[in-house]
Amino acid sequence: MKIFLYPATSLILSDLVERWGHEPLSAALPIRERIQTAGFESPPLQITPDDPKRGLRYAAVEVPSGIRGRMALYGPLIEEAEAAVIITDADLAFGCMGCARTNELILYLIREREIPVLDLTYPKNEEEGVVFVGAIRKFLADLNGGGGE
Amino acid sequence: MTTPVRIAQLSCGSEYSGIQKEINDAAAAVNAEVFFPDLTLADIRRSYGEFGLDVRSGDLKLQIARAKALVEGRVDADAVFIATCFRCAEGAIVRNELRRYILHNSQLPVVSYSFTERTTSGTLLTRMEALTTIARRRALLAREVQEGTTLGVDSGSSTTKAVVMKDNEIIGTGWLPTIEVLKSADDAIDIALKEAGIERDAVEAVGTTGYGRFLVGSHIGADLVQEELTTNSKGAVYLADRQRGDSTVIDIGGMDNKAISVSDGIPGTFTMGGICAGASGRFLEMTAKRLGIAITELGPLAMKGLSENVPMNSYCIVFGTQSLVNALATGTSPEDVAAAACHSVAEQVFEQQLQEIDIREPVIMVGGTSLIEGLVYAMGQLLQTEVLVPPHSQYIGAVGSALLASGFIRGE
Repeated sequence: MKIFLYPATSLILSDLVERWGHEPLSAALPIRERIQTAGFESPPLQITPDDPKRGLRYAAVEVPSGIRGRMALYGPLIEEAEAAVIITDADLAFGCMGCARTNELILYLIREREIPVLDLTYPKNEEEGVVFVGAIRKFLADLNGGGGE
Repeated sequence: MTTPVRIAQLSCGSEYSGIQKEINDAAAAVNAEVFFPDLTLADIRRSYGEFGLDVRSGDLKLQIARAKALVEGRVDADAVFIATCFRCAEGAIVRNELRRYILHNSQLPVVSYSFTERTTSGTLLTRMEALTTIARRRALLAREVQEGTTLGVDSGSSTTKAVVMKDNEIIGTGWLPTIEVLKSADDAIDIALKEAGIERDAVEAVGTTGYGRFLVGSHIGADLVQEELTTNSKGAVYLADRQRGDSTVIDIGGMDNKAISVSDGIPGTFTMGGICAGASGRFLEMTAKRLGIAITELGPLAMKGLSENVPMNSYCIVFGTQSLVNALATGTSPEDVAAAACHSVAEQVFEQQLQEIDIREPVIMVGGTSLIEGLVYAMGQLLQTEVLVPPHSQYIGAVGSALLASGFIRGE
């Protein structure tokens, strides 16, 4: 299944989802697509002023351009998602999408989809870390009808 | 080729707005390079915590940590560009606080800007140029006395001004509406030279500023082509005799407004812009036209009126004019309308731009609009201070250019 990740920049989360047989929907996908598209030059992320305009699908014109530009990346992933794993209060090193207002909108749009969602708080110690990974593993396995890896 | 000026960028949202390339291009156009200060994760956690502003956005935390690294000397830079998304409240708080923090704790010139996806390198060019001028030409900007015979030309969006100076005195001035950029400049120069009673050959150095500075500078073989932020600051403190110490320079222009916080004649922070024409000199021109008077009569007329009698505070020149027409249609006196127009422009500059810089007294108003006494009065009322208008204030850019150009006579 296609699993939206929050934070979408988390490589660890992406790896966990992939390892347990699902397709992670993360920031790497739209950014890779932009970077590999020839014909325009807008470093570092190859996001052009057209992206905030595409973001108007998810946020009105009075919403800051940085939010709309981010939504141009994440909005289509949310629409595509069949389930989501949401990690709140994540450490910066775990993954960060940069903008708190974008985060609020993304979380709202995921809830609106009414897809299976796993909500977890970022672990503060090793013991919580083990429980954290176990919970993600169980959630992903249950999505497969209780099947294994 | 001189070494590029290194401008540290502290921003949130510029990449996602698709305008990072525009920022890079604007910097490259003035031989500068923009870079993001590199930090470790530990630096970010420590610096952000120490700064004490509890923001939620990760990129703003990074922005704060980068500012601390610059102030504490852990990263080298010549200037700082602070930018966040237009209409982001959290970003605006961080932008303002970091500008203040860097200004008070370092010698780095700072410009702050709020962008949209429509921001272009052209919009940013003058700001980047001013940053590089301050970083690169500190010695030139330190000049306090004009020497020899020099010519300064300010090719503005509305008017073109030329000034001839000799041995620290203004000996000739020329002023014309800008129609054809080069012809207006040539004609204004001719008027100034004629008044000075000298031939063009007698001029030892030439400086240009304003929107047409590059074109005019190339046309007349200028020694110095410099943006109007630093040039006007220099001209303002020179003419107001406030070359040492702090001051604030306000220039409400035909197309944009400048507010510059100056220390010893060198800008520290500045803003340039004007969201809409309702906050520009152009609105006052339209008001004068609608009242059937010359722009020179608007100021004295406004001084006889009461701005409170007319509701007028629109950012937009069309809506502003509508308020003006409505007021006249209900029998309001031209005096009150003139006063309201002046108050409206002053209030919008106060609200939109003066909040972005540190107001340091004395406040010096310059440019053509500083001759509209109703506008100067309204600004003084809003700032609760006496506003200085130096002699020849309408020639400020040309005077600044002529003053700085004299540094080229002996090849400084």
